[in-house]
Amino acid sequence: MKMLSKITLTATLMFLLGQTTYAACGNTSGSINILANDFPALRTYTATAKDCAGAGADFKVNHTSEHSNLAMAALSANPAEYSARIGANSSIVPLMNEGLIRPMDDLVAKHGKGLQKSQLITIDGKVMAVAFMANTQHLYYREDILNELGIPVPKTYEEVVAAAEKMRSSGKLLNPYAAAYKAGWNLGEEFVNMFLGHGGEFFKPGSAKPNINNAKGIATLKMLKKLAGYSNPDFLTHDSEAIKVEWESGKVGLMTLWASRSGTLLDDEGDPGITAATKLAAPATVGGGSIPAATLWWDGFTLATNRSDKDAEDSFKVLVHAATSKKMANDAADQAVWLVEGFTPGPKSVGVLAAAKMGAKPYPMLPHMSLMHGALGTEIVDFLQGKESAQQALADVEAAYIGKAKEKGFL
Amino acid sequence: MKHKTFFWFMLPTCIAMVLFIAIPIVSIFVQSLFIEHQKPTIEIEICDPFGCKKEVGVDIEAYAALNEEQPLGRFNGLETYIDRNHLAFKELYEGWSNSKNFREFSSTFFNLPFYKALTFTLTYTLFVTPFVICLGFILALSINALTLKIKGPTIFATILPMIVTPLMGSLVLFWMIDAEGIIGSTIQDLFNDPYLSLKASTTLTWITLITYGIWHHAPFAFIVFYAALQTVPQEPIEAAIIDGADRIQRIRYVVIPHLLPVAVFIALISMMDNIRVFEPILGFSAEASAQSFSWLIYNDLRNIEVMNFGSAAATSILTIIMVGILLTPVLIKTWREFGETR
Repeated sequence: MKMLSKITLTATLMFLLGQTTYAACGNTSGSINILANDFPALRTYTATAKDCAGAGADFKVNHTSEHSNLAMAALSANPAEYSARIGANSSIVPLMNEGLIRPMDDLVAKHGKGLQKSQLITIDGKVMAVAFMANTQHLYYREDILNELGIPVPKTYEEVVAAAEKMRSSGKLLNPYAAAYKAGWNLGEEFVNMFLGHGGEFFKPGSAKPNINNAKGIATLKMLKKLAGYSNPDFLTHDSEAIKVEWESGKVGLMTLWASRSGTLLDDEGDPGITAATKLAAPATVGGGSIPAATLWWDGFTLATNRSDKDAEDSFKVLVHAATSKKMANDAADQAVWLVEGFTPGPKSVGVLAAAKMGAKPYPMLPHMSLMHGALGTEIVDFLQGKESAQQALADVEAAYIGKAKEKGFL
Repeated sequence: MKHKTFFWFMLPTCIAMVLFIAIPIVSIFVQSLFIEHQKPTIEIEICDPFGCKKEVGVDIEAYAALNEEQPLGRFNGLETYIDRNHLAFKELYEGWSNSKNFREFSSTFFNLPFYKALTFTLTYTLFVTPFVICLGFILALSINALTLKIKGPTIFATILPMIVTPLMGSLVLFWMIDAEGIIGSTIQDLFNDPYLSLKASTTLTWITLITYGIWHHAPFAFIVFYAALQTVPQEPIEAAIIDGADRIQRIRYVVIPHLLPVAVFIALISMMDNIRVFEPILGFSAEASAQSFSWLIYNDLRNIEVMNFGSAAATSILTIIMVGILLTPVLIKTWREFGETR
C-alpha cells in the first residue's frame, strides 16, 4: 500500500511539476568493481552507472547468477575483490553481521541528493544499502487460452489449480502450469512464498527456533505438490530461465515468475502470437488468506568495508547516479519497477504494484533465514517426489536447519 | 639409486605434498572441530522501501569481541561429525529402536543426508568402475586390431568424451534428455507415455548419471590399456597361435594376465575419481535425486551468503576416510604383488 501510494504520489508530482532534474554525474576516476546478479534490469542499471564513470575510471562489473555464493568470500578479502555489491533483502544481513559492508550515511549526505528516503535501507538508523528496484513473483497467463476455455483470471492458487485442471482435461495443454521448482534456492523460494501466503511465521517469535512443522507448513507443501502435478515432469530441474523457455514454446498457460523477467517474455523475440497473449496478473493468494503468496524484494547496492574510502566514494557516486536516473527508469520502464524518483510505472509493473497493494510481506531480513531457505530447498524434495509425508519433510527441514544454525551460533 | 640422490629427487614432490595436501587436510580437520560462537542477539529496526520492522539481529560489536578472543570459535569436538547432517548416530539409534521392521528403519536411514549421499556415491562407484575397465579393455582390443590408416582418427574420436569438460558434457546430455529434448521426447514417443521423464524419476536419474560416468571415464581406461597392449610380448602370442589357440583364448590366457597390474591401477584411479563424483550432478541438475559427498560439501558452502565451513570440513574428512576404506583392498593387493615381485 505504502509503496503504491508513494509511486503514485511521485508520478503525480512529476506530472504537475513537469520538470526533470538529473542528478549531477560524478565523473569519477579510481577503481570501481561491482558484483551483481544477472538479469536485464541490473544490466541496464550497471550500464547507466558506467556511463557516469569517467574515462580515467577502472570500471568492472561481474554479472553472475552465482553472486550470492561469491559475495562472502570476495568481500572478506582485504582489499575486497569488489568495491560494491548489488544485492537484495536476503543478502545484506549476513554481510553486515560479518562487518563486510560499510554504513554510508556520510556518503548519502554528501552525494545522495536525488535519493528518496524510501530508497535508503537503514538498520538501526544506519544506511547500509540503497535500493533502486522492487521485485516479486506473480502470475502470468495466456489470455487466448483462458478466453477460449472460459476461465476467469485466477486470483487464488486454488483457482490456479482448477484452471490448470481445465486446461489439461480439455486436452489443450498437457502440463499447463510452470514455476521455478528447481531443487535448491528456487524451490526454497516457492515454499517461502506459499508459506507466507498461508500466514506462516518461519521462526518462533524473538528467536531463531524453526516454526514450520505445523498445519500451515503442511498446507503449503500440499499446495506446492498439487501445482507440481500440473507442471512438466522435470519440474525439479527447472529454474526461471527454463520455465521462461517453456512459456515461449507455448506449452504453458499459467506461470508464477519474477516480475523482472517480464521484459524478456514480452520482447520481440519468439512467437508473436504467444507474446501478444501473455498477460500479467497480481500474485495469487492461497488458503483463503488475504495477503498474496509472494514476497517483496528490493534490489540495491552495498559498499565493501575492506576497500579504500576513495573507491567506496567513487563507487557510491556512479551507483547513486544510476539509482536516481529518471532517464534510465523511464527508458527501461518495462524491465523493472524502479524505486527511482520520477518513475512512471508501466503495464509491466502491475505484478509488483498489486503485490505491494495487497500487503505482500517483504522477504525476511533475518541472519538465519538463509539457512532455513537452504534447508527447505533440499529437504522438501522427497515430499514432492512422493517419497515421504509432509510431516516427515517438515521435520527433516527443521532438523537440517537446527544442525546448520547450531554450527553458525544462532541456536 | 643412492639414498642421497633419491632424497634430492623426491624433495620437491614431498614439499609440494606437505604444502598443498597435508597442511590443508590438517587445517580442515581442525576447522571441523569448531563451531561459531553463540551469536548475541539484540532487537534491531530495519527500514526498507516496504516499511520499517523490528527484527532479531546480531549484536555485531559483542560478536566481534567474541571472535577477537577466540578466532576459531567454540570447540565442539567430534559433535559436528555425529550430528544429524553427518553420521547422525542419535537419529540412527532412535530410528533403530522405534522402527518395527527393517523396512521402517531403512526409510529412516535413507532419509539422512549423509547416508543418502553414501548410497549414491557407492552405487555410482561400484557400477562405473567395473564398466569403465571392461569397456576400456574392449575398446583397446578392438582399436588395436584396426589397420594403421584409420587407427589415429578412431583413437582421437574415442578419447573425445574425456577431453570434453565434464560440466559441458553433462549439460549437453542434460538438454538432450529433457522432456522437450531430442532423447527425452524420443523415449516418451517410444514408450507412448507423455509423463515419462528421465529427470523426474530417481532410478532413471541414477542410470543416466552412471551411464554418463561410464561414457566419460571409459576413454581413460582405454588409453591406458591401449598403451599397455603395445607392450604385450609377441613370442607367447605366436606360441599360442602355433598351439592352436583362438583369439579369445589368446586374450584370456596371454593378454589379460599381462595387463592385470594395469587393470588394478585403473581400478584404483577410477575409484578415487568416482567417489568424488560431482560435476555431473550439477550438470544434470540432479541434486533432487542424487547427492554425493562432494555435493554435500558444496551444498554446505552455499546457503546464500552463509557458509557452514565446519560442516563442510567434517564431510571432507569423512570423504577422505571413505576413500581410504574403499581403496584398502586394492592397496593391499598391490602391496602383496609388489612384495612377490621382490
